[in-house]
Amino acid sequence: MLRLGFIVSVIAAGLGLSGPSYAQSTVYIPAVLELSGAGAVPGTNFRDGMLLAIDEINAKGGILGRKIDTPILDTQSDAGTSRAQIQKVLDNKPYVILGPVFSGSVLVDMMLTQQAEIPEIVGGEAAAITQKGDPYVFRTSFGQQFSMPKIANYVRDGIKAKSVAVLWVNNDFGKGGRDNFVKEMNTRNIKVVADVATESGQTDFSADVVKIKAANADAIFVYTNEEESARFLKEAKKQGIKAPLIGETTLLGQKVIDLAGGAANGVRGHVGLTVDAPIPAVQEFAAKFKKRFNYVCDHNGIKGYTAVYFIKYVTEKMGKFDSKGFAETAHGLTITPKQEPQILMEATWDKNGDIDRESFLGEVVDGKQKIVQTLPKLGN
Amino acid sequence: MASFIQLLVSGLATGAIYALIAVGFTLLWQTSQTINFAQGEFVMLPAFFILAAMNLGAPFWLAALIGIAVSIFILGLIFKIVIVDPMLRHGVLPLVISTIALSLFLKEVAKDFYSSQAQPFPALVPSTDIHVFGAVVSTQSLAVLAVAIAAVVALHLLLNKTRLGRCMQATAQNPTLARILGIPVRRMVLYTFLINGALVAIASILISPIYLAKFTNGETLGMAAFLAAIIGGFNQVRGAILGGIILGILDNLSAAYISSQYRGAFPLLILVGVILLRPQGLLGRIEERTV
Repeated sequence: MLRLGFIVSVIAAGLGLSGPSYAQSTVYIPAVLELSGAGAVPGTNFRDGMLLAIDEINAKGGILGRKIDTPILDTQSDAGTSRAQIQKVLDNKPYVILGPVFSGSVLVDMMLTQQAEIPEIVGGEAAAITQKGDPYVFRTSFGQQFSMPKIANYVRDGIKAKSVAVLWVNNDFGKGGRDNFVKEMNTRNIKVVADVATESGQTDFSADVVKIKAANADAIFVYTNEEESARFLKEAKKQGIKAPLIGETTLLGQKVIDLAGGAANGVRGHVGLTVDAPIPAVQEFAAKFKKRFNYVCDHNGIKGYTAVYFIKYVTEKMGKFDSKGFAETAHGLTITPKQEPQILMEATWDKNGDIDRESFLGEVVDGKQKIVQTLPKLGN
Repeated sequence: MASFIQLLVSGLATGAIYALIAVGFTLLWQTSQTINFAQGEFVMLPAFFILAAMNLGAPFWLAALIGIAVSIFILGLIFKIVIVDPMLRHGVLPLVISTIALSLFLKEVAKDFYSSQAQPFPALVPSTDIHVFGAVVSTQSLAVLAVAIAAVVALHLLLNKTRLGRCMQATAQNPTLARILGIPVRRMVLYTFLINGALVAIASILISPIYLAKFTNGETLGMAAFLAAIIGGFNQVRGAILGGIILGILDNLSAAYISSQYRGAFPLLILVGVILLRPQGLLGRIEERTV
């Protein structure tokens, strides 16, 4: 009898009838993230936020009784590698894919996930991601087309600038941000008097600061990654830049503040997500994160955490695991903290997969990010 | 004028560090035909040795000395015994591939054992600014420049004014003849590896307050120093120094006065020009080999 059972099992396996081992007791939600290379900081934050959420959900029995199975694959911060990793996980028929964080990687992965009709919950912020009509891509933070109007209003109304200098990192993220910012400046009749591209991983900013200083702008908008932002701030302080330094989320992040030291004081700008938000649920999450991983998470940690709870909420709303149905259900969906407390802040996903929620204006004071104003959702 | 001075001093400071690293490339090449593609990671790693020592309670000066000692031991002695000696007898190419593999390994080790996040690193001198003809020059840049020059001068004196240095040069120029003359060639080769271990540790101490200690630092540094060594002359220490300084200054001036978007292309254009017009490098000498 045992022998017969064994033969039947072998035949069933050979015919592919048994399916993947995670088919029944778990749900396969792989993550493709930047764990090495230039994107290791945001990728690691996203991963840790995600792991925190997964462990919490699995400890309570999973989603619809199935535990989340999330292997994590490294993109090495390279778009080509990211695409290969996405292809690899698609071969195992995932329910949803988490990541990547780098916009350049998201832009090359999207075609694959769209073709396979598998939703992809990404950390990328480049405007182009949600402008391609892909119904399977969903953001976890503002796209640049949402954040730049907010920062532009602040430059006009808060700083009252008539001219700005723009310093940006020359990659998909930086170029997208720069293009949207310049567009918003033009619509507000604010003159862009210096437009300075920098390299990812650049260390010496003396030439860039010399150019910006010579432009004599009323405000300087800085749109680069964490470490480059810190190096720029140090050089700007050294060369005695007096104009207000304005940024979007990254520039006011705690990592930049720690790395730049006193040079970060006085930096102002718009913050899409922050653990310093005056919201108890966010602060509770930040404390849990710090306790488990022993560092202060940045906005990418919040993205990873809320991404998993977004998947949980949508799936439970549908009452089944259906990738195509997920995409249909998630468009136009609003999740409030009352419905799902771990979503942390009320969030709405529109027909393009863009997210809308409250955001903040902040300032760096004595080496700490201070939130000075909460901005309402754009849809309000 | 003030802007020009600003860019010049800053470029000189960066260039001096490139020069230190490039000197290591040329030393290893001359004595053992080793092209070390992990040289950038060799500069990245000592910063983590120092931070680890500081985490154990050592003050910065002591941690720096420990970092230099550990670098000499691991990146000099162990590197030579474990990787160079076994691979070199199979030719230059297997060794090059081994050092590429080593660079990847060191990067991942630094990330896994420390962190993927950039770490602040203490500066040699307090960061104050000095005003020179309208330009603002930080004491940090001046200290970097001074220490890099001191290290290069010390190396120059060692190589040219001491018996040991002359033995090392003889080994580099003709190991067979050096052996006939009674020079302990193997020991001389070992010394160059140890010197390289010390140079990369000094470069790491100088550059980490600016670059921040991060596992990816080696990528840019290694490439810049490699280009500097080729531009200056791969078989001449003074060529590597010149190449490093040219690269540091050129990077700043081209970004400020030509285009910041294409700043990465200018060193490569110089490289192409040097290869076409003077393949041995600006100060290099033509090597002839019997085949």
